[in-house]
Amino acid sequence: MTPIPRLQIESGKVVLTGEWTLAALLPELAQLQTQLAADSLADLSWDLSAVARLDSAAAVLLWRTWSERWPAELIISGTCRRTLARVAAVPVATGSGKARAPGLVERIGYLVLGTVDNAKGLVTMYGQMLLDLWHLLRHPSGMPWKEVAANIYKAGALALPVTGLVGFLIGVTLSYLSALQLRSVGADLYIVNILGISIIREIGPVLVAVLVAGRSGSAMTAQIGVMRVTEEIDALSAMGVSRSIRVILPKLLALTVVMPLLVLWASGIALIGGMLSALLQLDISLAYFIENLQRAVPVANLVIGLAKGLVFGFIIAWVACHFGLRVKPNTESLSANTTTSVVTAITLVILVDAVFAITTRNMGIPQL
Amino acid sequence: MTDMANPEVVEMRGLSTRIGNLYVHRNLDLRVERGQIVGLVGGSGSGKTTLLRQILGLIQPTAGTVRLFGQDLGGAGAVAQSAMLRRLGMLFQGGALFSALPVFDNIAFPLREIKRLDEDWIRRLVNLKLALVELETEHGRLMPAELSGGMVKRVALARALALEPELLLLDEPTAGLDPDRSRSFVKLLGQLQGELGLTVIMVTHDPETLAGLATHIAVLAEQHIVKFGTVAEVMAGDHPFLAGFRDGDKTRLL
Repeated sequence: MTPIPRLQIESGKVVLTGEWTLAALLPELAQLQTQLAADSLADLSWDLSAVARLDSAAAVLLWRTWSERWPAELIISGTCRRTLARVAAVPVATGSGKARAPGLVERIGYLVLGTVDNAKGLVTMYGQMLLDLWHLLRHPSGMPWKEVAANIYKAGALALPVTGLVGFLIGVTLSYLSALQLRSVGADLYIVNILGISIIREIGPVLVAVLVAGRSGSAMTAQIGVMRVTEEIDALSAMGVSRSIRVILPKLLALTVVMPLLVLWASGIALIGGMLSALLQLDISLAYFIENLQRAVPVANLVIGLAKGLVFGFIIAWVACHFGLRVKPNTESLSANTTTSVVTAITLVILVDAVFAITTRNMGIPQL
Repeated sequence: MTDMANPEVVEMRGLSTRIGNLYVHRNLDLRVERGQIVGLVGGSGSGKTTLLRQILGLIQPTAGTVRLFGQDLGGAGAVAQSAMLRRLGMLFQGGALFSALPVFDNIAFPLREIKRLDEDWIRRLVNLKLALVELETEHGRLMPAELSGGMVKRVALARALALEPELLLLDEPTAGLDPDRSRSFVKLLGQLQGELGLTVIMVTHDPETLAGLATHIAVLAEQHIVKFGTVAEVMAGDHPFLAGFRDGDKTRLL
């Protein structure tokens, strides 16, 4: 086995033996370091002639022990001396370049500047989209139909199961909880109004937006981000293919088109869930529910719900593409931007939802 | 560790690798001894990189055994396995630097993983490795994305050398380096080999690196090692692949 690194002090002389390499040192490290830490070792003469091998890790250890000076007397082989000389020649620059933590004011400043920067990027992307659409209007052959279709399939068709399932469960839960309350005041029949308005106008669009932001928004950011990391975006530009038309526009168009449809689907399934729950809990027949739904929920609510879907879909894709393009070529930036993309998209969706609620407050509420 | 009774650093016996339905290696034997610098040559797609990944245990062989330092890598426990892998350094073809860490932390990473070295020691060692691959201390602050292709290679080499490995696996070490750097790289490895008794297995397409550094050549073709021996022995052989390599060598040197 490996000759164990040893240090002996013989009549004013420090004698090292064995294999002085990192691997061999590690098991003996604690003991050797206490030995080396003893004072005045550096002033003694050193005999390294019996050292089998000396690697740079061990050389650094010795050089530190000698306080970065060659000892007065040193017996050493040529190879080991070269290794030590290499260590001696390296400047000990302090600090690995660790950045100091910014103060509070600085952090607020960065936050504000970052927000302004993001807003600028989003507006630029919006403007670029309008320019691209104008360009495509004049040159319709450049329209990336295939990419749009692929995105519709990925963000829409493949999202049907999850949005349907979540919608159904929310419908059942909402109906069940409302039924408990309504029965206690004898207003059973209002279940239709409550479910109809809340699901079609509010819950359906927001629910689907949250799901799609988590599902497709994050995927879009990650995809564009990786395309940037691997220089695929640059490769597209190098071939004279506009990245905004080929990569970004299809995502914006596809999600804008597909979101209202997903909202329709999820709201429909949620209502079916609510209907079933009402049937079991309150004994309200399906026929009665459907008949009353038409009376209780003016069609304006459906229009508002679908319009929300349209706007939310655009917001999600818009934010996702923006943050995708901001990804720097490292893994940390990719994960940070994907997270920010989803969080920003959902926050914006909720904000815009509030704006919708205020601006459409006079529409679609049945007068009782 | 100079275990003279057991000079094989890497030993592969009857190795077969199947990826999907495709056999990359079939019944491959390779034995590399301590102190050898083996150039692994073969056509594109002949499975050279796969062979390196086999040594690291990143791919499980379909049949056959891989022994590292006389021990079976797959059969060892998790602790023994990581101890064995600490004894080797790998330079990946694309560098495989951690993109989220600056150069300094990339090289310090394996040293910090030992958890026994203090920061001052690590700093000196990292600066030493940087100097070894002809980079400045200031380069330690750069992120991998800010490096040129050649610098990525050199940082990756510095990281592979961080733990003073006994076995160095190099995948295309000089590809992407200018001829000067390539030559100093060859010189550096030769020097390290002399001082530390390093064993090296390198995949290379560069005849100059091969001629300047390798003591042995292994030719990988037809899914196994068709020829293994000293540089002179192998170059004297008549395998069609070698003929192409030799001709290429001549045209380059002329």
